Amino acid sequence: MLRVAVVRFPGSNCDFDTLRAAQHAGLDAYFVWHRDTSLEGADAVILPGGFSYGDYLRSGAIARFSPVMQAVQRHAEAGGPVLGICNGFQILCEAHLLPGALMRNAGLSFVSRPVDLVVERADTAFTAAYAPGARIRLPVSHGDGRFVATPDTLRMLEAEGRVVLRYVAATEGSPLQPNPNGSANHIAGICNASGTVVGIMPHPDRMWEDVLGTSDGLGFFTSLAAWRPRASTLNAPSP
Amino acid sequence: MSFRVHVRVMPREGLLDPQGQAVEHALSALGFDEAAGVRVGRAIELEVAAPSRKEAEDRVRRMCDKLLANPVTEDYRLEVEEV
Repeated sequence: MLRVAVVRFPGSNCDFDTLRAAQHAGLDAYFVWHRDTSLEGADAVILPGGFSYGDYLRSGAIARFSPVMQAVQRHAEAGGPVLGICNGFQILCEAHLLPGALMRNAGLSFVSRPVDLVVERADTAFTAAYAPGARIRLPVSHGDGRFVATPDTLRMLEAEGRVVLRYVAATEGSPLQPNPNGSANHIAGICNASGTVVGIMPHPDRMWEDVLGTSDGLGFFTSLAAWRPRASTLNAPSP
Repeated sequence: MSFRVHVRVMPREGLLDPQGQAVEHALSALGFDEAAGVRVGRAIELEVAAPSRKEAEDRVRRMCDKLLANPVTEDYRLEVEEV
């Protein structure tokens, strides 16, 4: 069973949802605290949503310097999978594990509602359970979700196929507007060059069983449950 | 020596600043039609012990680059005064 560390920061509030979703998908998921310096042998790491450190200064700016983030950085550099959801995505950008930044929503309002998405990368540790181009519906819940990057970075992300999730127009007749926050190129989620570090604004942790509306989010966790580490990259002794 | 440093962090020119726009609309609604180009940033003040003004400024620049400003979206300016 894959071991998955769910990192809790002061102000995380999707930690239990994420833990339960991961366990439901058959993962050995457990919490690590932001002051911990070890990931306790994790095969993968999830940074959950919330308002770490009250979003002081900028969302994710302070969490990024938590002791545990050094371990997350090492894990990511060794090729270990990392998923950042919402505030977790903001933290990954602040930590420069992903390019760009997440700024105040264009409409200024906090947006909490379902959005329609297309899965553009179905070959990551977190999205392999989806068909390429699959349309899914997940909730967003954020005030700082507008993805911003330099024109060069945006071109690179597009050219290298690093957009994992993109906001799309809903099916005909749906009242939902695409792009809830003014993100560049309607980007809802991206990955690093090797596809191992993924950051997304929507919340699969809030929609993974039918009683919650849809189970569209479950695939992020079942993908990981089916993922297998390459022996050469993970759990290698520290230098 | 001790210095008081005023850091002004502003959203980078050319990036959408929805807070600035909202404040501009509000000013216009109050009759201040002459207000234009409103932008909203952040001011940070701190005291720094350093052997010289130059050194204090260098240290605070490093603080800005690492934490106080986001190099992707923000620019900053410093004012250093001796206390």
